[in-house]
Amino acid sequence: MNQFEYIRTTDSKAAIKAMTKTGEAQFLAGGTNLVDLMKMRIVVPDRLIDINPLPLRDIEKTLTGLRIGALASNSEVAEHPLVKKNYPLLSLAINAGASAQLRNMATTGGNMMQRTRCPYFFDVTLPCNKRSPGSGCSALEGYNRMHAIFGASTACIAVNPSDMSVGMATLDAVVHVSGPKGDRSMKFTDFHRLPGNEPQKDNNLLPGELIIAVDLPASRYPQNVAYVKVRDRNSYAFALISVAAALDIRDGIIHTASLGMGGVAHKPWRLTAAEAFLAGKKPVDENFRKAAAISMEGAKAYVLNKFKLTMAPNAIRAALQQAAAKA
Amino acid sequence: MKKVVIGESVSRVDGRLKVTGGAHYSGEYPLPNLAYGVLVPASVTSGTIVDIDSKAAAGSPGVRAVITHFNAPRVPGYQAGAAKPVRGLKLFADNKIYFNGQPIALVVADTFEQATFAAGLIKAKYNRESFATDFRSNLEKGVTPQGGRYKDYARGDASLLDNAPVKIKQEYSLPSEMHNPMELHVTTAWWDGDDRVTLYTKSQGVISSQRSIAAAFDIPEKNVQINSRFVGGAFGSSLRTWPHEVAAVQAAKMLKRPVKLTLTREQMFTLVGYRPLTIQKIGLGANTDGSLIAITHESVSQSAVYEEFTENSVNISRFLYASPNVMTRYKIVPLNVGVPTPMRGPGEATGAFALECALDELSYVLKMDPIALRLKNYTESDPERNLPWSSKHLKECYEVGMEKIGWSNRPAVPRSLKDGEWLVGYGVGCGAFGAYRGKANAKIKLLPDGTVIIQSATSDIGPGTGTAMTVIAADILGLPTDKITFELGDSSLPVAPTQGGSATVSSVGSAVHDVCTAFKKKIYGLTGKPEDSTEAIAWSELLPKLNLPYLELSQESQGNDTAKNYSMYSFSAHFAKVYVHPLTGMMQVKQIFATVDAGKIVSHKTAASQMIGGAVGGLGMAMTEEAVIDDRYGRLVNGNFADYHVPVNADVQQIDAYFTDKPDPIINPVGTKGIGEISLIGVAPALANAIYNATGVRIRDLPITPDKILEGEEKLG
Repeated sequence: MNQFEYIRTTDSKAAIKAMTKTGEAQFLAGGTNLVDLMKMRIVVPDRLIDINPLPLRDIEKTLTGLRIGALASNSEVAEHPLVKKNYPLLSLAINAGASAQLRNMATTGGNMMQRTRCPYFFDVTLPCNKRSPGSGCSALEGYNRMHAIFGASTACIAVNPSDMSVGMATLDAVVHVSGPKGDRSMKFTDFHRLPGNEPQKDNNLLPGELIIAVDLPASRYPQNVAYVKVRDRNSYAFALISVAAALDIRDGIIHTASLGMGGVAHKPWRLTAAEAFLAGKKPVDENFRKAAAISMEGAKAYVLNKFKLTMAPNAIRAALQQAAAKA
Repeated sequence: MKKVVIGESVSRVDGRLKVTGGAHYSGEYPLPNLAYGVLVPASVTSGTIVDIDSKAAAGSPGVRAVITHFNAPRVPGYQAGAAKPVRGLKLFADNKIYFNGQPIALVVADTFEQATFAAGLIKAKYNRESFATDFRSNLEKGVTPQGGRYKDYARGDASLLDNAPVKIKQEYSLPSEMHNPMELHVTTAWWDGDDRVTLYTKSQGVISSQRSIAAAFDIPEKNVQINSRFVGGAFGSSLRTWPHEVAAVQAAKMLKRPVKLTLTREQMFTLVGYRPLTIQKIGLGANTDGSLIAITHESVSQSAVYEEFTENSVNISRFLYASPNVMTRYKIVPLNVGVPTPMRGPGEATGAFALECALDELSYVLKMDPIALRLKNYTESDPERNLPWSSKHLKECYEVGMEKIGWSNRPAVPRSLKDGEWLVGYGVGCGAFGAYRGKANAKIKLLPDGTVIIQSATSDIGPGTGTAMTVIAADILGLPTDKITFELGDSSLPVAPTQGGSATVSSVGSAVHDVCTAFKKKIYGLTGKPEDSTEAIAWSELLPKLNLPYLELSQESQGNDTAKNYSMYSFSAHFAKVYVHPLTGMMQVKQIFATVDAGKIVSHKTAASQMIGGAVGGLGMAMTEEAVIDDRYGRLVNGNFADYHVPVNADVQQIDAYFTDKPDPIINPVGTKGIGEISLIGVAPALANAIYNATGVRIRDLPITPDKILEGEEKLG
């Protein structure tokens, strides 16, 4: 860990202002990812701005949906009665991630900001364009078992590790941020970005911007939901593939479907073509199989993650089956 | 408190200390003026150090020394022609780099944080040389280890395999697996003058550590005091004295103050050994009735360029089943990696995985129940050494295990049993591990209040050694366990062997048995009773009556020559029930039932705990653990607890153990054979075989992960 300045602030404006001063600065919330990265000298900030005292912890009803404060912990969100009742998919996704101890500390905004688990990003002695732009991508021809099959570039094939974000993206959440130039909102699906030529940028936040809250729209999927996470052990492992499935089934017909996938791209991956296909169809395995096949168009695997080309459609099918089966 | 006898369930005598924080581990002695050492790893895989820029580190707050090969004090045992040369890596002795992560410097500072910070400021220049870490592409470099112990073995004519009516020839592999005990490796050392040193260090053998440190620094053994009273797991990783332990002693000498050196979790993946990556070829030839005609077992394991590591991975194929013709061959491939070290069930766990999976494969070809196949080839004597077993009750293990796991539900045809979405399968894996008894000493001391202290310089790395020893003493002396204190983990106590090879209860337990028995006789003598009296002793009245301040007795104990006429092993059969999801490849180990013939069990509760722990280790071996090196760089890519997967609670469901609990009549007076290793051997094949039974997918390369299941299912079509 390097030497750094530590500021604790009770006011968003002051926090944002501190962020824009010279030198590399980082907001500190739960610290479950950032502190590890600092210990390994992957992130070496000059200044930490502790935002924990900010009044951003509430989870409250909005006119049509639910607002989740950026500092609400993952556990608080997953166990909140309104989340469990109206957005059970989000509870499932959050509880599929990390461990109980980590979920108690990790925050909503912090979870959105967590960095990739690519082993080369974590090894400061080796090339990595995300950690050290221009140095090269060690994963392209290296140990790429965990890596992307969608939306990657020759500069970076890392994946976003968050389960919560897959749930949020699938539920059409909206992110509210505040920055030096004022407040703005964006779709959750627009928050994270693909690597392109700038893999060092995980998301579309502008310099100095702070996540304030995430809004969930009116509940469309209170019942037929599933989160299937395929991983190397039954808890506390990052996804090889994860699938969030939400179905609105009326009179035996899928009215609408929302599908998201994790462990496959630099961002939570919405399966919009499959969603369009499923709308108006019967919730039967034949349609789930087709939806899964449609979802895989454009997938590209590397030496060690070819299994994802099979595992991903299988997991989509499994998630749809489980979601449809919920009475 | 009631009296206990050998075989009862007794809670850990040190359990309360452990759960209340009263047990102090080697890193928990806050000595005055303690300095902290942090190692700096090399970032290249082979070559020489050209220069080390340590100016910034040396000038960093709190830093007292930066030790490198440029300034390290001479270690006598590292020198050419040393009377007792230290084996293995000679840290800071020269500029050579043999593997990535090899320490190039030790930073010592007033606090751990200062040392850690300064360690990050060290910059080294290297002359890089070519290296090899890729095991599979260097297989042709495999050599037979030095010395005769590992020469090729032949019994009969194994080439008859080719003419056998039914045969199996398959290749199995397992990756390098790390011990990774919860407690990090740590050494605290300080010198008293020039020739006396004391260590608190994580050790499985305080006497062995004492000898190693004395040899390294060329001082009398009695001048080295090793303390290792509590050890938070080791699994073999503390069987030897490691270079970083010598470095801590070296630093303490240089600074003339106590130094504590703790490895980081990441350094635990490179500096304290592992079970080596091994590829094995098994050939089985059988008659149509299942009787084996021939077994061939060839194994190639990873070793290090700077030190040879060997283990008995092929031996199990020579004696576990009755086959007239057997051939085994063992080779190692020296690579630019840290040296392996024995890991729980060393050798046999590796070999049993291959042999027991191959036997399972053969059972399907023969359309024969896997247990029936094993019974067909059951052997009532050791076919390797032509000796009778000292005891063997493996048939009882089969019977109990089959009943407890519900073997009658096992589908004869794979992939034909379902529970909801899940495929269900059953499997078995057998194991054996040599039962040993070494020479050991114990001392007993009676105090005026009627309590006794028993001492022996053994270790307790977690199995509950102190508890087992207390039970043996309580039984013989007729004293409640709370009147007995067993002391261990201190090199000044009576000499005992290192805790390894499942031999502690056999060796040290015998010493405790013998010294307690002799002590009773002595007391009967002193009180004018016949030596073979069985009268209860009134312990608290004894010393006042005899007008003595204390009474003590020491005794050395070892086996007799009768044992040489027998082959002595612990035997096991592990049964497993596994669920596999056919779409995702995710697995759930619903049940493991371990059945064990380990002779007499001294304390059922702690023994069962040990069996459960071993089964969890075997589950990791089978399904989660794999150290991965990127061979372009020679660096581990998953050397941390997030990416190197050990089983977590969600992976561990029902695990139980059954002991035949029949005393071995030969090995030692109590009749114990040892369970530490056998608890893991056989678990991985039981799981692999259950997964095959569930899915029809045979995975021969560990660990068995969801991607491999799906790959196999694709091939099934």
